[in-house]
Amino acid sequence: MNSELLRLHGVRKSFGDHVVLREVDLTIEPGECVVLIGASGSGKSTLLRCVNLLEVVDDGVISFEGRDITDPRVDGDEVRSRMGMVFQAYNLFPHLDVIGNVTLALRLVHGVGAEEARSRGTAMLERVGLAAKAEARPDDLSGGQQQRVAIARALVANPRLMLLDEVTSALDPELVGEVLDLLTELKAEGVTMLLNTHEMGFARDVADEVCFLHDGRIHERGRPEQVIGDPQEDRTRAFLSRIRAS
Amino acid sequence: MTDQVDTAWEPSEVQRERDEWRRRRTIRSAAIASGSTVLLIGVVGGLVVSSPGWERVQETYFDWDKAVSSFPAVLEGLWLNIRVMALCAVLIVALSLTIAVMRTIRGPVAFPLRLVGTAYVDVFRGLPLLLVIFLLGFGGPALSLSGLPTSALFWGCAALVLSYSAYVAEVFRAGIESVHPSQRLAGRSLGLTYGQTLRHVVLPQAWRRVIPPLMNDLVSLQKDSGLIAVLGVVDAIRAAQIETAIDFNYTPYVVAGVLFCCLTIPMARLTDRYARKKGYHGAGGHL
Repeated sequence: MNSELLRLHGVRKSFGDHVVLREVDLTIEPGECVVLIGASGSGKSTLLRCVNLLEVVDDGVISFEGRDITDPRVDGDEVRSRMGMVFQAYNLFPHLDVIGNVTLALRLVHGVGAEEARSRGTAMLERVGLAAKAEARPDDLSGGQQQRVAIARALVANPRLMLLDEVTSALDPELVGEVLDLLTELKAEGVTMLLNTHEMGFARDVADEVCFLHDGRIHERGRPEQVIGDPQEDRTRAFLSRIRAS
Repeated sequence: MTDQVDTAWEPSEVQRERDEWRRRRTIRSAAIASGSTVLLIGVVGGLVVSSPGWERVQETYFDWDKAVSSFPAVLEGLWLNIRVMALCAVLIVALSLTIAVMRTIRGPVAFPLRLVGTAYVDVFRGLPLLLVIFLLGFGGPALSLSGLPTSALFWGCAALVLSYSAYVAEVFRAGIESVHPSQRLAGRSLGLTYGQTLRHVVLPQAWRRVIPPLMNDLVSLQKDSGLIAVLGVVDAIRAAQIETAIDFNYTPYVVAGVLFCCLTIPMARLTDRYARKKGYHGAGGHL
């Protein structure tokens, strides 16, 4: 029962009158990859942001490593330091070079010395195949390279959970592959991931569980071959056929 | 948005407990904040009032009767400051915007424009304001140019406008250059001319970014408007000085200082509110 890394129970979030998440339940075991699918505005990104405590939930409980992190007494910075988040638009710091981006939190948050931070950062850049770009500025990299740097930045402090918010949506089609390949490798290495994506092929290959969100609710969930291959709900079918038509 | 009618949501037990905790926390924070503020003011005030020389200071700087008697003269002086400031502010915005635009035009044809703009900014930013006031205030009338007034007020204002425009032009230029080049491209791609792009796309975005520094310069101008008193014009500070000369009681200076603050503080709050209402990013400081 208590093996789960993350557990959402009855999570609700609204912005003004607009309810974005209602009664969302979700659990993730260590090493699992859970993929959220659904149309724009279905609440996928908000869900990730709530888990990262970037948004305050209106109700419900999010437990991370067995602790209720939605409790207002919890130090959000400390919780976030044990998660890694990657954004759709990379959000790299343009005033720092690549290695500076990757080592910033190691030095400031995790108290790692400059030398060790650099060697860990370099190792992580090697891991994502960008060691040669350590001194480059983010603006001089391609979108796919930038997103790999962002993944390295999130991963370098060994987070227990990776949150990936539409990480390939801003990329040119020919660059999507390099990022998805990296994520597939990370999954094989046992990194726990919660992500949302429109890449159904990737979801089918990598996910342990796929959740279809519509209007703030999880309408269907299960193994990818079931949800994507043989959806039971009309809404899921409609959504998938729209995706495939495009 | 396909927002269904929400099945009457009631906060859960956990959520009610959280809300209650946050509420108590807010009350506690507010109490600590106001308590420490009162304490700080009390301690500072107590230190000043209990100092050995306080009585003499109070007599010389905070004499109520003197304040009342000097108030009309200082206020009349302040009215001049306000008029000078208002007039100069308008002229400064016009001149500095022109200079800023001149400095940002690209292409070899515009080189003389850029040269003039750069030289102007270099010279007038380099010269101390007081020096410009002396130069123009005494040299300007001496030119006896036909059609131009010889009053100290006119030439004093001219000095303020010339000097301040150099600073403000740089603020505008920074704002114009901070607008991403893709905005220009988008404007031009629609068929807008260079000028139309500048006027309808670039400047509106630049404007919102430079409001806080512009505000800074406006407040600064309001105080520096008093510098033209060296030409013999009677502004608030000069009026206070005259009042002071009667009995060496410095209360009129304090009166003038309070009046200046009464002008700037509401102005700062108003700009903050304006900027926030417009939802400008990075604008609108919070108290």
